[in-house]
Amino acid sequence: MTEPILEVTDLCTHFFTQDGVVKAVDGVSFSLKPGQILGLVGESGSGKTVTGFSLLGLVDPPGRIVSGSVKLAGEDMAKLSQKQLRQLRGRRISMVFQDPMMTLNPVLTVGEQIDLAIRAHNKMNKTQARELATAALTRVGIPDAETRLDSYPHEFSGGMRQRVAVAIAMIHSPDIIVADEPTTALDVSIQAQILHEMRNLARESGTALIWISHDLATVSSLAERLMVMYAGKIVEEGPTAAVLRNPRHPYTQGLLNSLPAMAEPGHPLQQISGSTPSLLALPPGCPFAQRCPNAQSACEEEVPLVQEGESAYRCHFPIGGTA
Amino acid sequence: MSDAFLSLDTISKRFSPKITLGDRIALKLGASVDTRSVHAVEQVSLTVRKGETLGLVGESGCGKSTLGRIAAGILEPTEGNATLENKPLMEEGRKATLRVQTVFQDPFASLDPRMRIGDIIAEGPIVHGLTTKNEAPSYVKGWMERVGLDPSFVDRYPHQFSGGQRQRVAIARALAMQPDLLICDEPVASLDVSIQAQIINVFLKLREELKITCVFISHDLGVIRHVSNRVAVMYLGRIVEIGETETVYQNPKHPYTQALLDSVPKLVLEDDTLVEFTAISGEIPSPLDPPKGCSFNPRCDHVMERCLREVPGLIPVDGEQEAACFLNQKEETE
Repeated sequence: MTEPILEVTDLCTHFFTQDGVVKAVDGVSFSLKPGQILGLVGESGSGKTVTGFSLLGLVDPPGRIVSGSVKLAGEDMAKLSQKQLRQLRGRRISMVFQDPMMTLNPVLTVGEQIDLAIRAHNKMNKTQARELATAALTRVGIPDAETRLDSYPHEFSGGMRQRVAVAIAMIHSPDIIVADEPTTALDVSIQAQILHEMRNLARESGTALIWISHDLATVSSLAERLMVMYAGKIVEEGPTAAVLRNPRHPYTQGLLNSLPAMAEPGHPLQQISGSTPSLLALPPGCPFAQRCPNAQSACEEEVPLVQEGESAYRCHFPIGGTA
Repeated sequence: MSDAFLSLDTISKRFSPKITLGDRIALKLGASVDTRSVHAVEQVSLTVRKGETLGLVGESGCGKSTLGRIAAGILEPTEGNATLENKPLMEEGRKATLRVQTVFQDPFASLDPRMRIGDIIAEGPIVHGLTTKNEAPSYVKGWMERVGLDPSFVDRYPHQFSGGQRQRVAIARALAMQPDLLICDEPVASLDVSIQAQIINVFLKLREELKITCVFISHDLGVIRHVSNRVAVMYLGRIVEIGETETVYQNPKHPYTQALLDSVPKLVLEDDTLVEFTAISGEIPSPLDPPKGCSFNPRCDHVMERCLREVPGLIPVDGEQEAACFLNQKEETE
């Protein structure tokens, strides 16, 4: 067994707002091996993005990691100073954000931005950096990379911009890339290109990927392991295909059933009633209980994570019964 | 077809930049001013039959929303005619707005933040005499119940609702006008999957109840397959394939439709299956500068010499299915 590159234990990230404490991430634990692709799915507001931000130490006030630890190759990131964190970010762990319009600086050419990313961690002269930047853009499939370095982000299409973001994230061959909905804003044909390239890059360089998405189909074709998040908690996790084939948590089942592909065309879809509860006023016990078809009085109590082989779920009354 | 309800006849829509006096002087002096126009929709002919749902699918920038707005009478086409039961859509004016209603993508932008939702739903029907001021509350209540909104929310403002509920308000507002034709422009694109399923169900239920004709615009091939009877695939302003939904999905005849269907990720349920991502090479060309001949030719695997010169029209393939590709013609003549 290879040692995990990332170990997250009981991570809690809370936001202390005027209206109360928002427990955006509430007791998330997982580990990641080199080269592994982990899918993190959930709906908006489930805490998946905040989980990603927490891993990079990017949570801004009023948010704060209140407990738990994030260990990168055995080193506790909570003990690091801002300066030390800056040395890690981009070199050991990097992130690709959802919206490539927002993450690239509009007044710098693409080449200048890649150059900044390169020379933040490596001492080299401009010519060497430019060569490296050209190679990075070529690697993500941007044609004519050398000349495109002098273009500004607005001269690129959405798909190209996201490739630039991926190229920047990959430059130092980090141990981990956190990709937060990197293809959601893109068209399907462009999405397939990015998926293809990211998987290849991950495989070639041994980079582990955390793929945050709300799209079960994309995650199922990419990730080896899957975590389903709901209201700040991991409600189910395991090998992707096994979880989707045989979901144990009613929420996972509900998500699957809502997909149009799961019903006959023209027939009503099975829907999860209600909507996600406000994180400010979570009910005690299982946060899904109000929307759950199987909920009983026991669901008002705290639900432990039940381990089952390689999988785990957080439910008193799992689909298919308890083992 | 005689049972055409909405009929679009060789519609084109170009958006041209406004040439100001300054630009004209600059041009005279030899400066470069971009005077190219965007060819959003190019010679689209289409009929929507009474009672059916036509799906309009394509990637961003293909012109599907522009076409939807022309069908709704919101935009005037640069060329061509849009007719609703043989009457020109634009000339109908107010009468047309009564008969065609639209549900837009973004329920945050399409509802007036300063109006209570009861007023949002009632405004149109009162103006057009479908209800009176006195009867409006019960009229609104009926529509709220139909779309699955609690009628006690009638005095709330849009910001007090979640995205899914807001989209229900938008649907209620459109249907309260008792339209004959409903244009849905990406109504579920901004919603989470579980909420998306709720809205699709509301749509399916009301379509059945009201026997309404629909044009459903989406980039999501799964959603389109689920809701539409026929589907039209658009690429760079043109319809490249049209036919019965299942026929097109199972046996696509245009290389773009094939590639598009291939690039949609499918749910993988078997262990250790390695899915190859098949991507369409290259990018969508700019509608400012569409390629000569078939607009898909720079990305097509089957490109022939003819594709670089001529624009293929829609060629009947099989029954109702038509595809704008010379490949299909070749088979026929041989």
